[in-house]
Amino acid sequence: MKNSNKIIELKNICKEYDGVLAVDNFNLYVKKGEFVTFLGPSGCGKTTTLRMIAGFEMPTSGVILLNGEDISKLPPYERPVNTVFQRYALFTHMDVYDNIAFGLKLKKIKYTYVDKKGVTKEKYRKYTNEEIDEKVRKALKIVDLEEFEYRDVATLSGGQQQRIAIARAIVNEPQILLLDEPLGALDLKMRKEMQEELKAMHKKLGITFIYVTHDQEEALTMSDTIVVMKDGMIQQIGTPEDIYNEPKNAFVADFIGESNIYSATMVGDKMVRFINHNFVCVDEFELHEKVDVVIRPEDIILGNENEGMVNGKLISKTFKGVHYEYVMMVGRNEVVIQTTDNFEINKIASISIDPFNIHIMKKEFTVNKYSDAWIDKNNNVVISEEPFECDITQLVPGSHVDEEGYVVDQHGIKYDFTDADVIAEISLKDIEVIDNEEDGIVSGEIVSIIYKGDHYQIIVRTEEDEDFVIDTEYTWNEFDKVSVKVDPKKIKLTLKAEVKEYVKD
Amino acid sequence: MVKKIFAKGFIYLMLLLMYAPIILLIIFSFVEFDHIDFRQLVSGENINFNLYKELFTGEDGETVVQAFKNTLLVAVVSAMVSTILGTFAAIGMYYSGKKMRKAYEIGGQIPILNPEIITALSLTILFVFVGIQFNFITLLIGHVVLTIPFVVLSILPKLKQMDNNIYEAALDLGAKPSKALTKIIIPQIMPGILSGFILAVTLSLDDYIITAFTRNNSFVTLSTYVYGVTSKRGAIPPTLRALTTIIVVVTLIVLLIINFTSGKKPMKKRGTRV
Repeated sequence: MKNSNKIIELKNICKEYDGVLAVDNFNLYVKKGEFVTFLGPSGCGKTTTLRMIAGFEMPTSGVILLNGEDISKLPPYERPVNTVFQRYALFTHMDVYDNIAFGLKLKKIKYTYVDKKGVTKEKYRKYTNEEIDEKVRKALKIVDLEEFEYRDVATLSGGQQQRIAIARAIVNEPQILLLDEPLGALDLKMRKEMQEELKAMHKKLGITFIYVTHDQEEALTMSDTIVVMKDGMIQQIGTPEDIYNEPKNAFVADFIGESNIYSATMVGDKMVRFINHNFVCVDEFELHEKVDVVIRPEDIILGNENEGMVNGKLISKTFKGVHYEYVMMVGRNEVVIQTTDNFEINKIASISIDPFNIHIMKKEFTVNKYSDAWIDKNNNVVISEEPFECDITQLVPGSHVDEEGYVVDQHGIKYDFTDADVIAEISLKDIEVIDNEEDGIVSGEIVSIIYKGDHYQIIVRTEEDEDFVIDTEYTWNEFDKVSVKVDPKKIKLTLKAEVKEYVKD
Repeated sequence: MVKKIFAKGFIYLMLLLMYAPIILLIIFSFVEFDHIDFRQLVSGENINFNLYKELFTGEDGETVVQAFKNTLLVAVVSAMVSTILGTFAAIGMYYSGKKMRKAYEIGGQIPILNPEIITALSLTILFVFVGIQFNFITLLIGHVVLTIPFVVLSILPKLKQMDNNIYEAALDLGAKPSKALTKIIIPQIMPGILSGFILAVTLSLDDYIITAFTRNNSFVTLSTYVYGVTSKRGAIPPTLRALTTIIVVVTLIVLLIINFTSGKKPMKKRGTRV
């Protein structure tokens, strides 16, 4: 056993279903006693990862180490971890006592004894009824349901059933407790209560918790460490404070809490330009680099006209209980501001932002790049199995296409680019989204929308699992079925091989 | 108001149409007279249990008793076999992935929609082809084939109602797959298994076609006996009224048990523990 406090380590874990990667090269270690949360939208691979730790799914590749030992091939009943399921999965034909005692009755415990010859030997035995009794009562006490032993589980409320499910798992004293959206089926008030209780339970028991949720607030309140996931990939690992204050990319910033996200450019040393103004910041990036900027609504200071850095018109005001939420138009950009101060709507006001509160992130997408595109016999470029019209002459400077479809250069040399492998690049602004699935060249589903002040950045994923990242002014909804179209002149092509290999003789 | 009376009247009319023949049969099983005659009933004469007595003590008495025994034996044994096979089949179907499950379900329903005569004929051809003598075993196989789809059909919904993760929960708590099956899955679907068994018993009890095709001719069951005497003598012997009444009553009792077990969870013992 390795001398470290890593209780579990996942190394290069991949999981494939029918050729689709559900979990992509997942690397993580969890320290003993830690409360780790996998956070992400549905379908991000968080539950699949949890199920691989529990043993219900086997990773396609990679290893899972528990206390330094490989457990990736062990069946679930041989792993010292227990799971709390989303829909509880209680055994409805048993009462509360039998549900909780189920694992204990199956368990074999090692004990040593000294035989007649004075030799110390090891044997396995089962728990006695008294021991089981004591453990069940203790577990019921921990979940605050004493005296419920002989109740029928079907007569219990959702919250009570979830507590029984937790008791049934922790009574086995697992090394890691896995919780798969355990509060998802409860109402808001109950959920808040259970969050507090689970946190207290974690502290008291000292068991490592791995928790799966899509609720960012739940993750922020409960966890020591949050693992933000998207499309089977880890986006960021960090403490709740890190994740909130220093999101690594626009997705994390948008998913956790409310935020203003803008496309920006570095215009000087610690100087960034967005919403048509220059702001002093603290992050260092290369001059002229395109970046994303995130500012939390509560970090923007609202003041009277000309008092702040930038003026704008307040166009909406919503009372949110503790604070007001304003929307200000600065030029064409929307700025969301949260403050307790009262301002009049439809008037000019100003904002100022502390340099520390301007968080700058590397741009995730600057261009759509398709490195496995190819040219078909009609001189179209094939992306995501669909032919896009393109300007093939850009591959050979000063050339034109003859009647037969060959590219001919100034010297009369003919090129045949059929089946040529190319890299196709399309700028985010040059892709048109069309409402009708049939009208574009390739259709897909909108899988992500991030608002960037004056435009949306959306991602359209095709059936072939190819992504088109698009900047658009129009509002779309997630899961909309759309199609995309590209101006043939706006597709940039680069040959993978030397151009001379395509000379036609 | 008129609508309501009309609606209710319609239901009663339907029920009357469905049950009048059976009620008539039960009433006349207590009338000792060769013909069905209302004057006889009104006169009040000969109303007694003699038809029942004659059924068991008359010239066919021994055959009837034997037929009763045989029918029960075939019904219980074949129902037991098809319940065991059907339970595992249903569990296997349920856990074999969405696409395969659908295919199995459709495949499993074909014998239900298939006219029974086709099942019976094809079984006969199979037995002749393989060269097996018609005996108790062939009859049993026939009845198992007849009842298995119904057993599967009554268990599958119970599996679908179950929490998806329940099997995984059992494994997670340390149960090996075999333990998870016997301790968790089977008890969870017990009501379905029970009603499947009872359904199999009733189907087997009154089956004629498959029995007639797959039995050894010396083996008499109730259905083959009834068919035999009616076709042989032309007129329906009055004792059959008593016999069929008994079958109706037995079926009724079984039906009540089915409704009772599928509506409610089985009673649990509320034991005391140390």
